[in-house]
Amino acid sequence: MSDLRAAVAAGVFGGDDAFRALLQATVETARGIFHAKASSVFLLDEETDELVFEAVAGEGSDTLVGKRFPSSTGVAGWVLVTRQPLVVDDLSKDTRFSRGAAESTGYVPRGLMAVPLLSEDSALGVLEVLDRPQGVPFTLAEMDLLGLFANQAAIALELLRRARRAQAALQGDGELQALARFASLLEDADDEKREAGLALLRALERLL
Amino acid sequence: MAVLAHETDEDLPAWSLPAAAGDAIRLPSTWPGRVTRDWAWEGSTGAGVRVCVLDSGIELDHPLVGTVQRSVAVTKDGDEIVVADDDAGDLCGHGTACAGIIRALAPECDLTSVRVLGAGYTGSAKVLLAGLEWAIGEEFDIVNMSLSTTKKQYVDRLHELADIAYFKRTMLVASAHNMPVESFPWRFASVISVGSHEAADPFVLYANPRPPVEFFARGLNVDVAWLGGETINATGNSFATPHVTGLAALVLGKHPELTPFQLKSVLHLTASNVA
Repeated sequence: MSDLRAAVAAGVFGGDDAFRALLQATVETARGIFHAKASSVFLLDEETDELVFEAVAGEGSDTLVGKRFPSSTGVAGWVLVTRQPLVVDDLSKDTRFSRGAAESTGYVPRGLMAVPLLSEDSALGVLEVLDRPQGVPFTLAEMDLLGLFANQAAIALELLRRARRAQAALQGDGELQALARFASLLEDADDEKREAGLALLRALERLL
Repeated sequence: MAVLAHETDEDLPAWSLPAAAGDAIRLPSTWPGRVTRDWAWEGSTGAGVRVCVLDSGIELDHPLVGTVQRSVAVTKDGDEIVVADDDAGDLCGHGTACAGIIRALAPECDLTSVRVLGAGYTGSAKVLLAGLEWAIGEEFDIVNMSLSTTKKQYVDRLHELADIAYFKRTMLVASAHNMPVESFPWRFASVISVGSHEAADPFVLYANPRPPVEFFARGLNVDVAWLGGETINATGNSFATPHVTGLAALVLGKHPELTPFQLKSVLHLTASNVA
């Protein structure tokens, strides 16, 4: 997306609140569907090569958002790098994982499902669902459901990324900010004013 | 590494066969009229077969894995990709799980670990390619690839490497994707691609009449080796893949002369749904 289009988009859409809410709703639903204790979405920060907790439902929801760890470590890292979904149970026996998880989240899951969030040819992050009910054997139908769900989470994550890029395009550039302000005013204007504004834009278009 | 003929000093042969030369390349046919599992692998332990696990590493001395003949890691050093001997083991647990499955089926095969995880997400496709190039150069019989990439810019090279492996008698066994995305190398015809079935028997193998996924193997609720000498229960196509690798190692242990084309045919003919 070009900076100019991003600026217009930022003007129309405002901040990233709506997309954050969509992502939060996605993890809440994932947690509900799988009757799990928690669910999280990690966003890949390509600049620092880290995975960042972007949305958390259930255990850790008040403390984890914003926490980061290296992008190719642990189960989430493996899933991100290899693009393969993975379901593991009895994780608490893995002392290295338990220690790492306890240090970073204060919570050691017994089992987790992790699936890559993919958009075209890039991996945006990872969706995890922690601690399904014990004693219920996992099925391949659930694996397929997890894959379908990951698609939805990937779209939410992509929208959030775009909104942030649009916001970033506005930082420190007066011309783009003016354009975004104009787009925002046009979006909010009543019909009469909006028509007048659009007429002015059409005149400008002919001029340019 | 130079793996294509035009990247080396090798003379290209003429790709034709003179009329009288057919006898000179006569191949003995030792296949029975009906290929059975008995013929394919009965009595084999995988001894003499060199298997490479391209993954997160393999934990050293795990009781379910035993001896790992060699471990290397592929890492980034600035823009350079380096392949070097490594004793850091497994960074995730996944490679150990795959190795344990292969070892359970083919207890006497040679195992080599190529760790392609840990260098960060950025550049991970390059690291994967470098690891695969190294494995092809080492002429392993089988390379287990419970992984894939979606990066389109690397697909051509990956495809080229898969074809080179095929003709150099290195069978690539790769995990299929259960999500509606394009990923590789499992979609290539020169590899064996594997998805999961729900049966608990490690010897149940289904041939899929509708590729690109060619076989279904055990991938649901599998007890696998994990970090710290432990076992965990796990699900994923990435665990079905080493089941096929293990079966392939058994077949090659008994019939080392088989090419990847023949090996794939034997797996097809001995599949649970092929009468």
